[in-house]
Amino acid sequence: MAERFTKSMARNIYLGGSTFFVLLFLVLTFDTQSRAMPERDNRDQLTEQVVRGKHVWENNNCVGCHSLMGEGAYFAPELANVFDRRGGANSEVFKAYMNAWMNAMPTNVPGRRQMPQFNLTDQEIEDLASFLEWTSKIDDNGWPPNIEG
Amino acid sequence: MKYESQRVAMPYFIFALVLFAGQIVFGLVMGLQYVVGDFLFPEIPFNVARMVHTNLLIVWLLFGFMGATYYLVPEEAQTELYSPLLAWILFWVFAVAGTLTILGYLFVDYATLADVTMNKLLPTMGREFLEQPTITKIGIALVVVGFLFNIMMTALRGRKTVVNIVLVTGLIGLAVLWLFSFYNPSNLTTDKYFWWFVVHLWVEGVWELIMGAILAYVLIKITGVDREVIEKWLYVIIAMALITGIIGTGHHFFWIGPPEYWLWLGSVFSALEPLPFFMMVLFAFTMINRRKRNHPNKVAALWAMGTAVMAFLGAGVWGFLHTLAPVNYYTHGSQITAAHGHMAFYGAYVMIVLTIISYAMPIMRGRPYGNSNTAQIVEMWGFWLMTISMVFITLFLTGAGILQIWLQRIPESGEALSFMATQDNIALFYWMRLVSGCFFMAGLVVYFGSFLIKGQASPADEARGPAMQDA
Repeated sequence: MAERFTKSMARNIYLGGSTFFVLLFLVLTFDTQSRAMPERDNRDQLTEQVVRGKHVWENNNCVGCHSLMGEGAYFAPELANVFDRRGGANSEVFKAYMNAWMNAMPTNVPGRRQMPQFNLTDQEIEDLASFLEWTSKIDDNGWPPNIEG
Repeated sequence: MKYESQRVAMPYFIFALVLFAGQIVFGLVMGLQYVVGDFLFPEIPFNVARMVHTNLLIVWLLFGFMGATYYLVPEEAQTELYSPLLAWILFWVFAVAGTLTILGYLFVDYATLADVTMNKLLPTMGREFLEQPTITKIGIALVVVGFLFNIMMTALRGRKTVVNIVLVTGLIGLAVLWLFSFYNPSNLTTDKYFWWFVVHLWVEGVWELIMGAILAYVLIKITGVDREVIEKWLYVIIAMALITGIIGTGHHFFWIGPPEYWLWLGSVFSALEPLPFFMMVLFAFTMINRRKRNHPNKVAALWAMGTAVMAFLGAGVWGFLHTLAPVNYYTHGSQITAAHGHMAFYGAYVMIVLTIISYAMPIMRGRPYGNSNTAQIVEMWGFWLMTISMVFITLFLTGAGILQIWLQRIPESGEALSFMATQDNIALFYWMRLVSGCFFMAGLVVYFGSFLIKGQASPADEARGPAMQDA
């Protein structure tokens, strides 16, 4: 680098630039969280049951195989839209589907990827279904591109 | 080694490498499970293997960063470490806690682990990369606080170099951002948003400061280039990293709920994120070309150039490939993400830790000019085997990802293949990835083998340059 570009100039770009962008990021975070998100995440439908379902999701490390809104592992199908894909966007159909699915695991088909048996209670399965239904209704800018996730 | 207390870095480096080996073993297990789905089921389900693979990576990189810090901060500050005893105590606390956590993953059902560690008091588990029981997360926080105390007491009482200032800034950022791992709101979108404050702002933020500082230190040592020049480069690199990377967090906010302005902000700023990595390539090669000495530890220079190039390819180029929102709409959460993740972590963070180990370990073993020529050549074989294998892992995952998108994402609903049908169609790429992974393991074995070779380089191996100086 040319001599006229000194170390103190470089340091000032670092300090000034990073300070400016940290502050900008905080302002944008405030706007996103306080103004935008309440209109996009259906928080009025965030019931006790949905919250319990999120804990079922977490306590069984579902994200270790599946993705949820595209984040997680890529070993098993995306589940943010499974309510639409497997439940036909109908709560009762989806709960029945989830109950049958969770109880049928593992398939034990030789050579196929296996989902463990988590021994969830009927209540826990229903909570999990509620959580996935709520998740499917978040405004996520239209992702995924199609029903297969 | 100028200060005796630098030697405390040794156990950190050794333990880091042991965990690295474990990480690769579980990587191979998962690679096989991708094509032979019921391999080791139900003993080690995929989610457990993945948790072990990723958590071992995070923990061994932290061990590596800590070892690097204990080694270089006293030398830069020109003083002994404040408390070598504290460094040893924290080593054992972290090693035991880390090992217990991994054993917990392997031998205790995850829901039971959540139960016995009383996750319900402060639920933090079950989120990608943050699967550790809350008690482990608290332990990590305490170890990092003790470590930072020790380092800052050392840095503050000695010479305040730019390398030390940048490194300590990065480590403080690492510690502060870790606190977001304790924030797990019941609203999934809020949870995800702040989850990225740990994950993105670590690897595309403060970890780049740590990487830059370690690279700068090694380049000062092996090239003998004037410190002023190197420090100026370091400032420019970390300035670019934070100017692009902070708002660049937005590339994770496209499809998880936040508003549409993030599509623009995330795309524009993250498209610039390759810049700091490109500058690291220029930095490493320019400094080595202008070297004032020919340090006999040639393999350390190879790692330094390698980490810059591979970080640029993995984090920079492979990151850019799928970072623009219209592209990411199709690639998000596909094997393209996995391809990028593998090469970026290897290039930027695995290789920077192996760079400082390559430079510092021989010195701590009483070989101030580096290992013998034979040992260096064997280590270079390890370098090339691992690095080329990682290139192929990345290419095969990229191929898998492109096909996955073509079959599963591009067609309309009703015509697109399902996730599992798509996986069957791209199995060949997973097999080739697995073979590449086996070569990576072979490279790691060769690399370990280089540590067993006796002998050292001598000062006579150094063809002195015009102004040899000990910076």
